[in-house]
Amino acid sequence: MKRNSVWVASFTASVIIAIVLLVAGSPSVTASEQPSAANAAVNIDNFVFGPQTITVPVGATVTWTNKDDIPHTSVSTEGVFKSKVLDTDEKFSYTFTKAGTYPYYCTIHPKMTGKVVVQ
Amino acid sequence: MTDKNKDLIDQKLQDLNNDGVDRRGFLKCMAWAGTGLVWTMSGGIPVSRAFAKGHGKDAGKGGDFSFVQISDSHIGFNKPANPDVTATLQTAITKINAMPHKPDFIIHTGDLSQLSKPSEFDTLDQVLKGVSAKQIYYVPGEHDMLSDNGEQFLQRYGKGTKGSGWYSFDQKGVHFVGLVNVANLKAGGMGSLGHEQLEWLEDDLKGRSASTPIVLFAHIPLWTIYPDWGWGTDDSEQALSYVKRFGSVTVLNGHIHQIMQKVEGKVSFHTAMSTAFPQPAPGTASSAGPMKVPADQLQRVLGITDVNYLVSGRSLAVVDSPLADSGSSVSGSGSGAGGR
Repeated sequence: MKRNSVWVASFTASVIIAIVLLVAGSPSVTASEQPSAANAAVNIDNFVFGPQTITVPVGATVTWTNKDDIPHTSVSTEGVFKSKVLDTDEKFSYTFTKAGTYPYYCTIHPKMTGKVVVQ
Repeated sequence: MTDKNKDLIDQKLQDLNNDGVDRRGFLKCMAWAGTGLVWTMSGGIPVSRAFAKGHGKDAGKGGDFSFVQISDSHIGFNKPANPDVTATLQTAITKINAMPHKPDFIIHTGDLSQLSKPSEFDTLDQVLKGVSAKQIYYVPGEHDMLSDNGEQFLQRYGKGTKGSGWYSFDQKGVHFVGLVNVANLKAGGMGSLGHEQLEWLEDDLKGRSASTPIVLFAHIPLWTIYPDWGWGTDDSEQALSYVKRFGSVTVLNGHIHQIMQKVEGKVSFHTAMSTAFPQPAPGTASSAGPMKVPADQLQRVLGITDVNYLVSGRSLAVVDSPLADSGSSVSGSGSGAGGR
C-alpha cells in the first residue's frame, strides 16, 4: 500500500541517516578496538587494576576509579604520572600525549601492577 | 572438648620440659587465657607455662615486665567490615586497662590511620590518652605513609628515630628494635627494609651479648606468609641474619589482621590481630581486603597481644586475647571445668 511504502522508505532513510551520523561521530572506530578511545577507564577493585593492561591511542585520557573499600594509588614506575591517594569512589585521570608503554603500580599495595600501552 | 582438640594438645605437650605443668595444669591455663594462645619462648623452644598464677603480684620484681602490642587501628576506616573503628579501639584500651598487671608500655605495630589524615591521628591520640601505660612506641604501616611519604607520621611519632622512622631502646635488659618496612615500596614487591636501615640494624646489634633477648617489631611480617598478597618483606633475610646469634629473638608484626606464629630456631615470629577489622586467611578469598563477619562476631576477631618477659627463663610469653571473650569456644578452652 502506498502509505506503508512511504512509511517504510522514510523509516529506512532515518535509520541510514542515524548510522551515518553514528559512524561520523566516533572518529576512531576504525583506529582501535575501543568504542570511544578518547577516554578509557580502569577500575580498581579487589586489589586489582582492571583491565591490567589497557591499550589507548595517543592523546587518550585514562581514568582510574577506585571501587575497592580500601584506598589505592596509581603511580607510574618511571615517574610519568602519580595519583593522590584514592579512597573509595575517587578518581584520577591522566592524558597520554606520547606513544609508549607505561607500567604503574599501587604504592600502598605494590603487588598491584598495571600497564598502559599508548600507540 | 573434642577428641581432635585433645589429641592436638597431647601432641603439643609431648616435647614439654619438666617445668611442673602437667596436662591438667595446662588445660587450666588455656581456660584462663580463653581463646588466647599461651606460649613462652625459651631459647626458641615453645614451652607451656602456668604463668597466669601469681603473675600479677610478681610483675616488676627482679626485672620481669610486660607490654601490650596493638595493631592496625585504621582510624578513619568506616566501611561495613567495621563502621566504627574508634569504638573498637576504645574497647581494646578498656581491656588493657582492666588487665590485672599494668603493662610497662604499648607497642603499636602500624596502620594507626586509614589515610594518614591529621584528624585520624588526632582521634587515635585522643583514645590512647586513656590507656594505663603512658609510654607508647610506634612503627608506621603503609596507611600511615600516604601524605608526603610519612612526614606527618614522623612529625607526630618519630622523634629520635632515623630514616623513615627506625629506632631501638632497652627495657630491663631486653633490646627492642622498631623497623620500618613500608617506605619506598617497589612495584611488584612486598615489604622492604632498604639498605640504609639494614646497615643501621647491623651496627645497632653489634657488640651486644648473645644472651640479650631481642624483640624486633615492624608492620609487615618479617617472614614470608603469602607473597601474592604482599605478606612478607623482600629483604628480611638479611635482617634476620643479624639476629641469628642471639639466644632469644621475638618478632612482632601486624598488617595481616590475624594471628600467625612461627618458630624457627631461636626466633619466634608472631602477628597480631587488628583492633579495626579482620582479613581473610591466605588464599581463602579473592583478595586480602577487609573481611565482613556478623556484627556479634566482630569483637571476637579483633584483639590485643599481651607480652610478658620473665627473667627466670629470659623468655617472652605472648598471649593474644580477642576484644570479646567467647563463652563457648571450640579451641580447647572449654567451659573452664579444667582437665578431662
